[in-house]
Amino acid sequence: MTAEVFNPHILGFFCHWCCYAAADAAGVSRYQYPPNVRVIRVMCTGRIDVRFILEAFGCGADGVFTGG
Amino acid sequence: MPIVDLYNERLSISRAPHIDYVQAIPSSYYIDPKACLRINYETCNLCAQTCTAQAIDFNQKPRKLNLDIGAVVLAPGFGRIDQSVLEKYGYGRFLNVVTSMEFERLTCASGPTEGHIVRLSDKKPLKKIAFLQCVGSRDETCGNGYCSTVCCMYAIKEASVAKEHNPDLDIALFFMDVRTQGKGFDASRERAEDKYGLRVIRARIPRVDQVDGQLALTWTTDDGKSHSELFDMVVLSEGLNAPEDAKAIAEIAGIELNHYGFCKTSVDSPLVASRNGIYVAGAFQGPKDIPESVTQASGVAAMASELLSEVRNTRTVTVSYPEEDKALASEKPRIGIFVCHCGSNIAGVVDVNAVRDYAGTLPGVVFCKDTLYSCSQDALKDIANKIKENRLNRVVIAACSPRTHEPLFQETLKSIGLNPALIEMANIRDQCSWVHSQEPKAATEKAKDVVRMAVAKAGLLEPLEQTTVDVSPTALVIGGGAAGMTAALSIADQGFECVLVERSDQLGGNLRRLVWTMDGEKASKVLDDLIKRVDGHPRIQVMLQAQVEAVSGYVGNFTSSIVKAGQTVVVDHGVIILATGGQEYSPKSYQYGKNNRVVTQLELEANLAKGKGILKNVKNVVMIQCVGSRGEDMSHCSRLCCTQAIKNALKLKEIKPNLRIYCLYRDMRTYGFSEDLFREARKKGVIFIRYEPDRRPQVIEQDRKIKVRVFDRLLKDEIDISACLVVLSVGIAPGGNEALAKIIKTPLTPEGFFLEAHVKLQPVELASEGIYLCGLAHGPKCLDESIAQAKAAAAKAAIPLAKGKAAVAPIISRVDRDACIGCGICESLCPFNAIRLFKVNKRRKAETITASCKGCGICASHCPTLAISMGGFTDEAIMAQIHAFAGEKCA
Repeated sequence: MTAEVFNPHILGFFCHWCCYAAADAAGVSRYQYPPNVRVIRVMCTGRIDVRFILEAFGCGADGVFTGG
Repeated sequence: MPIVDLYNERLSISRAPHIDYVQAIPSSYYIDPKACLRINYETCNLCAQTCTAQAIDFNQKPRKLNLDIGAVVLAPGFGRIDQSVLEKYGYGRFLNVVTSMEFERLTCASGPTEGHIVRLSDKKPLKKIAFLQCVGSRDETCGNGYCSTVCCMYAIKEASVAKEHNPDLDIALFFMDVRTQGKGFDASRERAEDKYGLRVIRARIPRVDQVDGQLALTWTTDDGKSHSELFDMVVLSEGLNAPEDAKAIAEIAGIELNHYGFCKTSVDSPLVASRNGIYVAGAFQGPKDIPESVTQASGVAAMASELLSEVRNTRTVTVSYPEEDKALASEKPRIGIFVCHCGSNIAGVVDVNAVRDYAGTLPGVVFCKDTLYSCSQDALKDIANKIKENRLNRVVIAACSPRTHEPLFQETLKSIGLNPALIEMANIRDQCSWVHSQEPKAATEKAKDVVRMAVAKAGLLEPLEQTTVDVSPTALVIGGGAAGMTAALSIADQGFECVLVERSDQLGGNLRRLVWTMDGEKASKVLDDLIKRVDGHPRIQVMLQAQVEAVSGYVGNFTSSIVKAGQTVVVDHGVIILATGGQEYSPKSYQYGKNNRVVTQLELEANLAKGKGILKNVKNVVMIQCVGSRGEDMSHCSRLCCTQAIKNALKLKEIKPNLRIYCLYRDMRTYGFSEDLFREARKKGVIFIRYEPDRRPQVIEQDRKIKVRVFDRLLKDEIDISACLVVLSVGIAPGGNEALAKIIKTPLTPEGFFLEAHVKLQPVELASEGIYLCGLAHGPKCLDESIAQAKAAAAKAAIPLAKGKAAVAPIISRVDRDACIGCGICESLCPFNAIRLFKVNKRRKAETITASCKGCGICASHCPTLAISMGGFTDEAIMAQIHAFAGEKCA
């Protein structure tokens, strides 16, 4: 094991109606989770073009999270 | 000068000029006239001198206003239980005996102890808490013979909050009956008992003693055993009284009060006071929870709207907006960013100043500022001024969630002539400071990233056209029972057309089977009156033996296919009210259906209505509660069966006073004023025997005779009661809602009832706009509650009808006709049928049906030629966000 901790850079695509709402609700309830996800709000996960995901990985994302 | 803080139940101090709590509306300070030195002694005057806005004027005097009004709504809420009642339990003598209201403040993060639960005697943490229920309720000695309805559930809630704050707490709750009959309440209570290990003890504590600084409780359980235990704190679950000024209100309004001092109403008109044009909502009508209060509030709005429908829109003020500055919008982006502290909600974790300074360095940003509360009125004004001063044409608000606050900021943009689509929000509260409260550095970094991504998108935002569509001024009401008829009548009386669809061959639903209402009136009178008014109403079209087969469209413009006698009728309408009812649960056990001496409560009523034949040679009657309900076959409590059983037991006693009646129950849930009936039944000799769910009673047939076997907790043995008649209190099952739920694409609860948009705050709305809910379709409830809820649904449904126009969110898809190759993938994928293909010069092209599009973007993500663009969510904008996410890695 190395001393360096893997600190992934994750891009999230959250559906406005469900996952984004759930992420807001997590905040209202003060649930705590690691600060590694950056969120792009979309009106539906159906909006996510495969190109978006490929672009994210191409730009160095360690992971892509789609929530909907 | 310090004064006691009444909002915090006297547990902290405040000052004469104060604001009760941060979210108070209106959010402005007021001066307590009783404590103010200037008002009482003409000294001080410090506040008036220091207020830079010169907002304090001591020359103001009370004024008498004469208003011309058409209807009055009484909603004064409830009063507090008298101090003398609390003193019986040591309140006032022992510091660690607190009321539930005080405990609520102790558990509140913005309360006097910042949410830390401490003993009031020494402010030290504590270990053991006891909740005593029915303090000032179900207690004739203090004049309150009724049940306050809400205390059982709020005690469970307070205990849960306390356990969440401190998992080591040992909490015992002392109930007579556990009355958590609200929708979903039993499930939450069971979860809480399970998750937090709350101890539920069935006993009424007569008094509280203090022993060596601790509080001693002694009680007897129904198995005859005595117990005693020491606690650190005792919480008195105080009931709801009639408002202190109820008598004065009654005199001024000229209305009658009931024998407990609440507003007098009847089962068939639960929202109407005893004087024409005066309506009542909330706890003044009787103790009730938030959902029922909110429902009644909407219900009285319908009543007032019915009364005043002729003068609707005669005194309205139209908001006007300046013309849009299209030239400014088309200029190169000049982005302004406002970073919100949200008090300490964001600034307590995220370094707001660092985020603001960072934002200032981002490309396109020409202005940045931090604000204390961006959404406050003064901050909105300031934002508007800063936008104008700096000629900003793109705005980023780094604050909370766009789901809740974007409309507010869009309104600000509109008010100064900017297109509302030119704003982007960066969520640095709900999805940052609140969820990373222990990692301020990482949270600040995340906030910077989120702001960078928002700025990248903001630079590519384009003005969007806000379109409106006309509303079909008709309501479709599905279900012709008490709720459906009441809703239809209200809609029609408010001046709109209504189509009432009923699947059976006659109106009435379950009300047809009811013989007496809870207040002893004939149910047929209520039924006949409703049917007569529906049939005679020029604006109601009744369709019997009809069923809704398909619904398409959206709020304001629904189109439904209704099948009647093999024929399909198409109806255009603006809103839908679901009043599909429920059904009597049909039991599979207790010899039901096998022996004709075993009947349901409704069957008993029907038999009694025919005459006393059913009671011939009957000496003993056994009633069994919770048949089918509360975990037998259905998980929910059916809410009305306890009162229904008592009502019928009293009727039996009235017909045949010598009849022996046994009622086998789990918890008698005769909430509210029905408690009077429960007491009367006990006085008249009805015998109540409690059973546990793991030892349900058995109905045994032997030698053509029936006996009911039940475990007697006091005798610790099973006893057999010979029964000439067994009456089963069967619950309310959902009315087969699956098919309709699929048609209107709406979720059901696990129990099979329709799910409302918000349990407390939107109890009659569905998540889909334009669809409303009432009656048993929402969940089991009594007739008066169904009627109030039907009125509420009618009030909500009338809003789009009265507006006449519905706004279409501008986030819809747009097809670039030149790029479109007419492949039709979009049309086939669209879940809302919002894209159609048509021919232009013999070539197929796709086109968005603006009013049907929900903006999901499935079409855009699948278009092979990238011909479809989404308002506010363009490919370019999302790509820019992705690149901004990557930062320098993707330069």
